[in-house]
Amino acid sequence: MPQKITRDDVAHVADLARLALSDDELEQFTGQLAAVLDHAADVEALDVADVPPTSHPVPLENVLRDDVVTPSLDRAEVLAQAPAVEDDRFRVPPSLGQEP
Amino acid sequence: MTESGSRRGADEGGTKQWELVVGLEVHCELATATKLFCGCPNQFGAEPNTNVCPVCLGLPGSLPVLNRQAVEFAMRLGRALHCTVEPSTFARKNYFYPDMPKDYQVSQYDQPINAEGHLDLPSGQRIGIERAHLEEDTGKSTHVGGGGRIHEAGHSLVDYNRAGVPLVEIVGRPDLRSSEDAKAYAAELRAILLATGVSDAKMEEGSMRVDANVSVRHPGEEFGTRCEIKNLNSLRSLGRAIDYEARRQIDLIEAGERVIQQTRHWDEADGRTHTLRSKEEAYDYRYFPEPDLVPVVPSAEWLAEVEASVPTLPAERREAVAEAAGVTPADAALVVERGLDGLVLAAIAAGADPLRVLTHADHNLAVEGADALDPRALAELVTMEADGALTATQAKTVLAEMVAGGGSPAEIAGAKGFEAVSADALGDVVDGIIAANADEWDRYVNGDDKTRGKLTGFFVGQVMRATQGNADGKAVTALLEQRRGG
Ligand SMILES: [Zn+2]
Repeated sequence: MPQKITRDDVAHVADLARLALSDDELEQFTGQLAAVLDHAADVEALDVADVPPTSHPVPLENVLRDDVVTPSLDRAEVLAQAPAVEDDRFRVPPSLGQEP
Repeated sequence: MTESGSRRGADEGGTKQWELVVGLEVHCELATATKLFCGCPNQFGAEPNTNVCPVCLGLPGSLPVLNRQAVEFAMRLGRALHCTVEPSTFARKNYFYPDMPKDYQVSQYDQPINAEGHLDLPSGQRIGIERAHLEEDTGKSTHVGGGGRIHEAGHSLVDYNRAGVPLVEIVGRPDLRSSEDAKAYAAELRAILLATGVSDAKMEEGSMRVDANVSVRHPGEEFGTRCEIKNLNSLRSLGRAIDYEARRQIDLIEAGERVIQQTRHWDEADGRTHTLRSKEEAYDYRYFPEPDLVPVVPSAEWLAEVEASVPTLPAERREAVAEAAGVTPADAALVVERGLDGLVLAAIAAGADPLRVLTHADHNLAVEGADALDPRALAELVTMEADGALTATQAKTVLAEMVAGGGSPAEIAGAKGFEAVSADALGDVVDGIIAANADEWDRYVNGDDKTRGKLTGFFVGQVMRATQGNADGKAVTALLEQRRGG
């Protein structure tokens, strides 16, 4: 059985998702997520030793396309959707922390 | 051992020796016509945001479709790295960074396409490869304001042309023990990328990007805490950054401090690594299966086709030259790197002295068009040189003509007035010069090694003048020594 989700776990996940939760909200979501995980624990209780792992719900594999260029979008149209543009590029606020 | 490590170990007496441990992670862009999941061109240097579409911009309702050629390139590279090709799946790597419009990067996580391989260095050392998986590249951010460095930036400008370009990330095991080995690994990997045609592998353009995980330890101990070094845009930077970082970590430990696991940025201008971010703010990319892409399960037929497309690899080519020439694979590295191994093998097969062929290929054929040289003509030239019909200098001149305009070495030598000086004739000339310079000869015979060295130059010069440069310097030196002894 997995360990019960803690308030700290929820705070961590909220931080990763850049969500600022109040103390009340942390309390509330810890309870809700615990209920969700309890449900998952029910499934975990089943004996699935003979069931092959499923990596995708759709029974398809090798859906591929040929390496052929198709038209891209018009830049003016693309940039017109952006909140801010500079030098033909998307202008965004500085970001800190995570990078691939 | 690092240079710094071994020197420190020796100088500081009581200090135990340090061992450097390096593992490289290499991202290479695949040479496909289009991106990994859409038909936008995979093209370097295009006008910003011209190669974008709903898929690579992550617009709602768009769906990715995997590029067959990218999968094939990944498998070909995997086989060239002696990996096993496995059924694979894609996952979303989530993060908050504006270089991916989707806020996640599609990568392979627990089921990579290539697993467990290795790469053999020219030295014969075998370096493990943990995995080589497919993923999409990110867009390109330019930081404006501040010092241009990200944490000082006022704002960023993003170009999504590169977002979605197919990459293979090759994760090497921490089997490297010096900056020289790390450079050799990166160079060998680059040679394999080029030989297989899967990438143009240009470090300076970013189509091959190397990150180095560096730690230090005393030999036989557990691995030390590692730091990941980024922004290595050349083999030279790679070597310098690893040596700097090893020294920094050794200094820290010897000062009683500890190495903190972090990502560091190499600054080529000041020759140092700088903190980029600390592992303390641990990565948590919340990988989860990509629901929009189905598994890739290559058939036996497809795998066989890929297998057949793997060319003879640099390591095998070095072996072939080494065997034919009776040298070590490391001695054959340069000719293979220059693509002259076919020429060298054919010239040796045509009867040329292997070592002389290798010497020419190493020193005199670093030029365009050398690989188009007729191997029989090269063999003929080498044989003329071996027989004493041409001096080494003359052979070099003739060879340059052959590369530039073709033709037979005998004709070119004739046209240049390079005439063979027979051994007898050369002996006569040497004796004449000795007789005409009795004082110098006396000092040559009775002087110390230094004097004799200087006078060797004098006598060889005199003989060269007398023969209009048609004498072989080494043969003259040998004759002088013979006359001195006899
Ligand atoms: Zn696209």
